[in-house]
Amino acid sequence: MSQIDGAPMEISEKYWNDPIQRRQFLKLMGASLALAGISSCSPIPPEGIIPYVIAPEEIIPGKPLFYASSFVHAGFAQGILIETHMGRPTKIEGNPEHPMSLGATSLFMQANILSLYDPQRGKSVSHERLPSNWEALEKWMTLQQATWKTTLGKGVYILTGALTSPSFLAQMEELRSQFPKLQWHSHEPVSRDSIYLGTQMAFGKPLSPRYSLKACKIILSLGCDFLVDGPEALRLAKEFADGRRVHSQPEMNRLYVIESSPTLTGAMADHRLPRKSAHIQNLLGLLAQMLGLPLQGEFHAVISAEDHAWIKKVAEDLKRHPGVSLILPGNTQPAPVHALCQILNIHLGSQGKTLSFIQPPEISPLFTQNSFQSFISDLKLKKVKTLFFLDTNPVYTAPDHSAFQELLSQVPHKVSLGLFPDETAAACNWYLPAAHELESWGDARAADGSVSLIQPVIAPLYGGKTAPEILSLLLGRPGSSALGELKNYWNRRNSKMNWKQALHDGMIPETTFSPLWMPSPFSPSIQKRGIPETLQQAFQVKAISGLEIQFQEDPTLSDGRYAHNRWLQELPKAMTQLTWDNAALISPMTATQRHLKKEDVVELELLGKKIQAPVFILPGQADDCITLHLGYGREAPDHPHHRQGSNAYLLRPSESPHFAFGLTLKKLNKTYPLATTQDHWKMEGRSLVKQGNFTQFQKDPTSIVPLPKPRETLLQALGVDGSEAWAMVIDLNVCIGCKSCTLACQAENNIPIVGKEEVLRGRSMHWIRVDRYYQGDEQAPSILFQPVPCMHCENAPCELVCPTGATNHDTTGLNQMVYNRCVGTRYCSNNCPYKVRRFNFFQYSDFKSQSLQLIYNPDVTVRSRGVMEKCTYCVQRIRSAQIEAEKEMRPIRDGEVITACQAACPTQAIVFGNKNDLNSKVAHLRKDPLNYGLLDEDLNTQPRTTYLAKLRNPNLL
Amino acid sequence: MSKELLFKPRSNAIARLILLGGIGGLAFLFLAGERGKWSSFITDADIPVAQPVPFSHQHHVGELGIDCRYCHTSVELSSTAGMPSTHTCMTCHSQIWSESQMLEPVRRSYKMNQPLVWNRVYRLPHYVYFNHSIHIAKGVECTTCHGQIQRMPLTQKANSFYMKDCLECHRNPDKKRIKKQSIQTRHLTDCTTCHR
Repeated sequence: MSQIDGAPMEISEKYWNDPIQRRQFLKLMGASLALAGISSCSPIPPEGIIPYVIAPEEIIPGKPLFYASSFVHAGFAQGILIETHMGRPTKIEGNPEHPMSLGATSLFMQANILSLYDPQRGKSVSHERLPSNWEALEKWMTLQQATWKTTLGKGVYILTGALTSPSFLAQMEELRSQFPKLQWHSHEPVSRDSIYLGTQMAFGKPLSPRYSLKACKIILSLGCDFLVDGPEALRLAKEFADGRRVHSQPEMNRLYVIESSPTLTGAMADHRLPRKSAHIQNLLGLLAQMLGLPLQGEFHAVISAEDHAWIKKVAEDLKRHPGVSLILPGNTQPAPVHALCQILNIHLGSQGKTLSFIQPPEISPLFTQNSFQSFISDLKLKKVKTLFFLDTNPVYTAPDHSAFQELLSQVPHKVSLGLFPDETAAACNWYLPAAHELESWGDARAADGSVSLIQPVIAPLYGGKTAPEILSLLLGRPGSSALGELKNYWNRRNSKMNWKQALHDGMIPETTFSPLWMPSPFSPSIQKRGIPETLQQAFQVKAISGLEIQFQEDPTLSDGRYAHNRWLQELPKAMTQLTWDNAALISPMTATQRHLKKEDVVELELLGKKIQAPVFILPGQADDCITLHLGYGREAPDHPHHRQGSNAYLLRPSESPHFAFGLTLKKLNKTYPLATTQDHWKMEGRSLVKQGNFTQFQKDPTSIVPLPKPRETLLQALGVDGSEAWAMVIDLNVCIGCKSCTLACQAENNIPIVGKEEVLRGRSMHWIRVDRYYQGDEQAPSILFQPVPCMHCENAPCELVCPTGATNHDTTGLNQMVYNRCVGTRYCSNNCPYKVRRFNFFQYSDFKSQSLQLIYNPDVTVRSRGVMEKCTYCVQRIRSAQIEAEKEMRPIRDGEVITACQAACPTQAIVFGNKNDLNSKVAHLRKDPLNYGLLDEDLNTQPRTTYLAKLRNPNLL
Repeated sequence: MSKELLFKPRSNAIARLILLGGIGGLAFLFLAGERGKWSSFITDADIPVAQPVPFSHQHHVGELGIDCRYCHTSVELSSTAGMPSTHTCMTCHSQIWSESQMLEPVRRSYKMNQPLVWNRVYRLPHYVYFNHSIHIAKGVECTTCHGQIQRMPLTQKANSFYMKDCLECHRNPDKKRIKKQSIQTRHLTDCTTCHR
């Protein structure tokens, strides 16, 4: 910091201390004026129009086309629709017909489009760090294959992430029949192992549990962030929200959460208990005993009276709701917890109602941790001669990465296929650029087993290939097309399949796994037979003492696989509102005890390994528990922003990858700046998020939001007659705070990223932000979210102060922002009580990087330096709907205009429409007793964006 | 003591001249600027643009009577009117004038599968979003903006294409047309109608 501050100080001091010289002032002003005049006189450069030679039938220039495809994360598919303009993908939407998207998108789905155009992507094959080409690789491979024929593939290893692609499995089987001794291992830094180990413990075979929250009344989550985490999160979030929409039903579900670090699911809880991860096993043990399971163990001895009462309440509630309850264990919980949870679920009569089991959809080695361990032991025994890394980066994510790197150096031939030349590529002889999902053919299973198709919407930008194409090379079919292989495979499996229809839908019909009924002996006879012996042995009382460290997937970068993605880097993390960094999250109490402040750097030591990390104090974090998110502190050579943050993998022990004890924490005498977008926690006495509880609402729905008082105003009412008056209602009761809206808006409206330095100055550009508030006790607060786009006030304070009329109202009540009129005084932003206006202090939009020019939405202006911008209610979508409606001489239908944020929202918390159309959804919601305008009662801004108050459904018995 | 005067009598005249000339000069500059802004030197109006093939709308539209939509296919559907593909040209020119030297670039484009690169005549700033289809649907003729295109041997801009030209209609739309095409006149002068 001193370096940054040092030099400019001298200059500025000289200038400020100088008495102002009139002559110099006039000279400069005169020159500025003259130059300002000249700068507006640049001639418009000529431009060409390039029509097609033969025009493709389906493309109408100026109209987007949508293609169904899939987004694959850790092997599992979620359906997407890709918007393309003249063959150029620009935006990803959810596929409404896909069971795991239902039209919504997650953060990673939205951000995937930026990965496609990332300028840092690997652009060519390299061999021994020198540029090479695919022909050279093929030549090398042919030589290799000749030797494998004699050795039957001995010493050839393939390492992948978790995969579910049926066609990949077919290729792999063919490869194994050619080279029987070839080995395939899988590696996932944050895996589903505990789910499968748990079900194996309970039922004798690994199973994938599927939850349904449709009819579920009581939900208990044990560190399970089911609203945003996992391949089924979008569907679960929707079902959960449907169970809480009080304006359409007389009931509301109830959520109990026990977790160590606050998650979005925890924030939605009606009752939340922050406890260490390791303690959850004890609490579950006690719950099982209370529910009548013959589990042995003195769990009550390690549980406080307060927790005991909490668990008792849950147990009674579960007993009152047989068959409509669920207990959800988190992936970071150990296998015995998963086993007992599923046994309890069956015991409570959930199977067939809220719970079913299917065979695991994975085709890669199921237990990734074991698989990776045996791979490492083979490495140690020097059995590995030729090694292929397909879309996996173990040099960064392996538990003991320096030892792993050393073992790798003894392998003679290493090939790495990946989107980026990452750490693993740096350790390999060959780096092969991978084709992005939007450039490739493929298939993958969704969480219900149904097969989704991946189709390319653009030719590979840098000639990349996919993992199946590498397998084709290994099979000695270098010329085979990926489409051909895929089509052949599915034609072989199902000759009656309509390929075109499947491609259109993005799914292959009738491929969903049917539920396996876990035989009844398990449930009724548990009483007689007792808990399975292995489980009883594994499920012991855990003594909890000392500081716990937790390793969790990062909310925006996952396990680090999205570290290159700058949208995700700059997206504030839901709880901390932190961008560009991770931090050691600690509770306020632990901070006071250890005399730590935010941004203090601490040294964390676990089992002799040390890393440094800045501290972030997080209300609602369990005491004596530190959470460190994975995915930061990358070492890849070409990516400067990867290096931000602390690499939690360096500390992560292989035997307990999720949480561990024995951590020592030492405060170092330095600080590290953290860029957060919201520094305060409280609402400071204002009722920004109005809330109440469900029983209060049932008694008197109008008791939560006070009725608006008639107000006197000098301002003229906005002249709105019969036609459209656009309005938005955001239902805070179902908003889970996931920020899909923020990213969808960023993609739709060409919003630039600004970088950490600028975020520190408070200049982030998101048009819709999600505010987070804590209420009540700092140790166990109630956590609230509030998405804040432009309110489109009818009495807009911004409009009154604009000297150039750049912001004003249109006839439908939109508060419009006219970029070409804006001169950048920023008065509007100063006068906006909601602080939703964003200013381009510098040239944030990228006009230079060639690949990034392709990402821009052609219907939205790319803003330049010195211009104010803000949410427009996606006016480009409104106008295109209006044009279509006016062509047909009819009014715009309700639901015809869907804003980007609304489309992305997993819980459909955002409703947009015409409030003058009395039958529209938005008009109905605006009359709801829970409807209120933010700060409206004090400021009389009469916002068009309104909120529905938040309700909780606590157990009052 | 002959102390020379610093200002001679003629200085007064010079000072007056400078003052008058200054004001006059400024006024001249202002007027010239105002006038110049609308001249074709600045607006490029009425100046034919060189093209790889000297395509004549006069011949194709005026003399042969080919409908605009034969080539500009998306004009009723989309924001852009669309430019004909080489294939469209070749539907006729593979049969007539198939040996013409003038059409050599078209034949080459078709043969080599290399698109023709036309030079843009009508160019709007990037913050202006004009939509052809709605104007056609509401009965605005092509010639309203594009001038007497059927009399242009080489295509040229028909007017300045400043915002003023748009507002002339958007502020005072044709009364008959409003009724016939049920035009929503209220939105016509909203900023976001054109600027997004």
